[in-house]
Amino acid sequence: MAETLLFNALREAIDEEMGRDDTVFVLGEDVGVYGGSYKVTKDLYEKYGELRVLDTPIAENSFTGMAVGAAMTGLRPIIEGMNMGFLLLAFNQIANNAGMLRYTSGGNYKIPMVIRGPGGVGRQLGAEHSQRLEAYFQAVPGLKIVACSTPYNAKGLLKAAIRDDNPVLFFEHVLLYNLKEDLPNHEYIVPLDKAEIVRPGKDVTILTYSRMRHHVTQAVKGLEKKGIDPEVIDLISLKPLDFDTIGPSIKKTHRVIIVEECMKTGGIGAEIIASINDRYFDELDAPVVRLSSQDIPTPYNGKLETLTIVQPKQIEAAVEAMVALKV
Amino acid sequence: MVQERTLPQFQAPAAQISPEEGLRLYEDMVLGRYFEDKCAEMYYRGKMFGFVHLYNGQEAVSSGVIKSLRSDDYVCSTYRDHVHALSAGVPAENVMAELFGKETGCSKGRGGSMHLFSSQHNLLGGFAFIGEGIPVALGAAFQSRYRKDALGDSSADQVTACFFGDGTSNNGQFFECLNMAALWKLPILFVVENNKWAIGMAHERATSQPEIYKKAAVFGMPGIEVDGMDVMAVRAVAQEAVARARAGEGPTLIECLTYRFRGHSLADPDELRSKAEKEAWLARDPIKRFEAYLLEHNLTDEGGLKDVRDRIQTRIDDALTFAEESPEPSPDDLYKYIFADD
Ligand SMILES: Cc1ncc(C[n+]2csc(CCOP(=O)(O)OP(=O)(O)O)c2C)c(N)n1
Ligand SMILES: [Mg+2]
Repeated sequence: MAETLLFNALREAIDEEMGRDDTVFVLGEDVGVYGGSYKVTKDLYEKYGELRVLDTPIAENSFTGMAVGAAMTGLRPIIEGMNMGFLLLAFNQIANNAGMLRYTSGGNYKIPMVIRGPGGVGRQLGAEHSQRLEAYFQAVPGLKIVACSTPYNAKGLLKAAIRDDNPVLFFEHVLLYNLKEDLPNHEYIVPLDKAEIVRPGKDVTILTYSRMRHHVTQAVKGLEKKGIDPEVIDLISLKPLDFDTIGPSIKKTHRVIIVEECMKTGGIGAEIIASINDRYFDELDAPVVRLSSQDIPTPYNGKLETLTIVQPKQIEAAVEAMVALKV
Repeated sequence: MVQERTLPQFQAPAAQISPEEGLRLYEDMVLGRYFEDKCAEMYYRGKMFGFVHLYNGQEAVSSGVIKSLRSDDYVCSTYRDHVHALSAGVPAENVMAELFGKETGCSKGRGGSMHLFSSQHNLLGGFAFIGEGIPVALGAAFQSRYRKDALGDSSADQVTACFFGDGTSNNGQFFECLNMAALWKLPILFVVENNKWAIGMAHERATSQPEIYKKAAVFGMPGIEVDGMDVMAVRAVAQEAVARARAGEGPTLIECLTYRFRGHSLADPDELRSKAEKEAWLARDPIKRFEAYLLEHNLTDEGGLKDVRDRIQTRIDDALTFAEESPEPSPDDLYKYIFADD
């Protein structure tokens, strides 16, 4: 076991996969000489050379399209979005080509690529650097969307994403890079399509992902003291959703709260609620509740920023209210 | 009418060509022309749908460039892609079947006219949004260099030819990719088919520097202007650019001055282009011109040309029959091809 910071866990995943398969390469802004803006690719340039750790010009749409072309012709690119928000400029290449080209080509080409990088609301980074693109991209067919949340799952999931033959959008969170955890010394993979049961429980199902998992965990401490026993599920895969894990939990608790960092309108939670209504409506003892970020550009001011995203106290209160509901 | 650019002169005697090679080029151009004529007919008879962009008039570019490539080189097209696909070796049957939406189409009926693909022929697409194919082509070229220089595979000397229009040369992806191609010396040909129009937008109204080939210079890349109605001229320029790219000397921007003989798409009433302009360019029909060249240089005779035309006519008829008789995709396969494991 070795105590590892989350950004280093990601770095180890990339290093191991580049060592294992020489068609794997990294590209993006400042990934090479500079080592990545969050040091996820530190020293890999020295180890693998300038073509395998490629510093690109600031041309998001074009280098993303270039990765698509490289993937179509047999390489396995890993794009680092310096900040995932910048990939708004690459929306076309991600949606039309990474996402849909395999289908429109009738299976002529596969596109094994990973698009990873920091997203989410950080500390007073302002609206443009605090985006949660997972909600924008979830409608694109052909993309897998994953969010990591701990050093352990970050490493295992990234390795799985690199080995996957499909385009994977891989969300990290700016505020989680310095989380620490003891990681196994042996190699391991975490499957992309499995949600993680963080805490089994019986009273209510809390569905969450990325940084909000940690807000939920904090809230659970307070709830436990009050004798409430929630089941916490980290979705991991935002698309497709793992109903093999979510479904049985709903059948057990009959109550669902979703805690997400994306905005409420058109968010991940909105899609989950619709799917739960389709599949498990009869199982529910109460309407699904969703706690999401406010539908506003993330303000710079620290107090306003705190009000924008969901806080542990709010989660606690929402769970208590739901559990108190008489059936 | 805007003043026409003076077409660059090409010294024909310098370009030697064998009779076989000459007829191969001729056949490819005729194939492109007859195929597109058949498409127009089928579209107006309600047999094919969607936006269909024909290539009539521009054949010298596709044949001149793609026939200068090896079969393991890559071709990247736009929505005006039927003839690039044919030149790249995708059988007419499978292109026609694609336009009919059939399972036997080169994209299994899932793509349509603007999304032709064939991994077997290294045809990278078929891109319906302008400009988005340029980065993809760049990626294929990067892949060749990566295999050669990062993986040490000395046989990885494939070249990528990337086609797009004058209007597209005003899009950011064009400039971004010129920069990266020159920066990393990638084996790619940027082939601009300047047909003077982007739907209804005249080239001069859309760009501050209408001479597109000059835009290469700021990237330290050779930029060449060529008469796109002269297949021998296009071929000579392409061969040189391919040789440079294959030798690791980097990209070339080639601006082919050409013209489309039909509207932008089969849905376009084509009311903006003047009669005088159309007639001037029709007089430069690249196929008629090449016929004259072949005869003048005794590379074939009238009978030889007619044989080619007859053979192609038969091939088009066969392609049509094949497309008409092919099955549609099964509704059970609606979700097939979304992910790589299915
Ligand atoms: C991103 C995008 N914007 C607009 C269009 C609509 N459109 C299709 S073709 C075209 C004109 C392109 O002209 P040009 O690049 O000169 O190519 P040509 O059609 O003349 O071959 C436009 C505007 C598109 N397909 N994609
Ligand atoms: Mg044009």
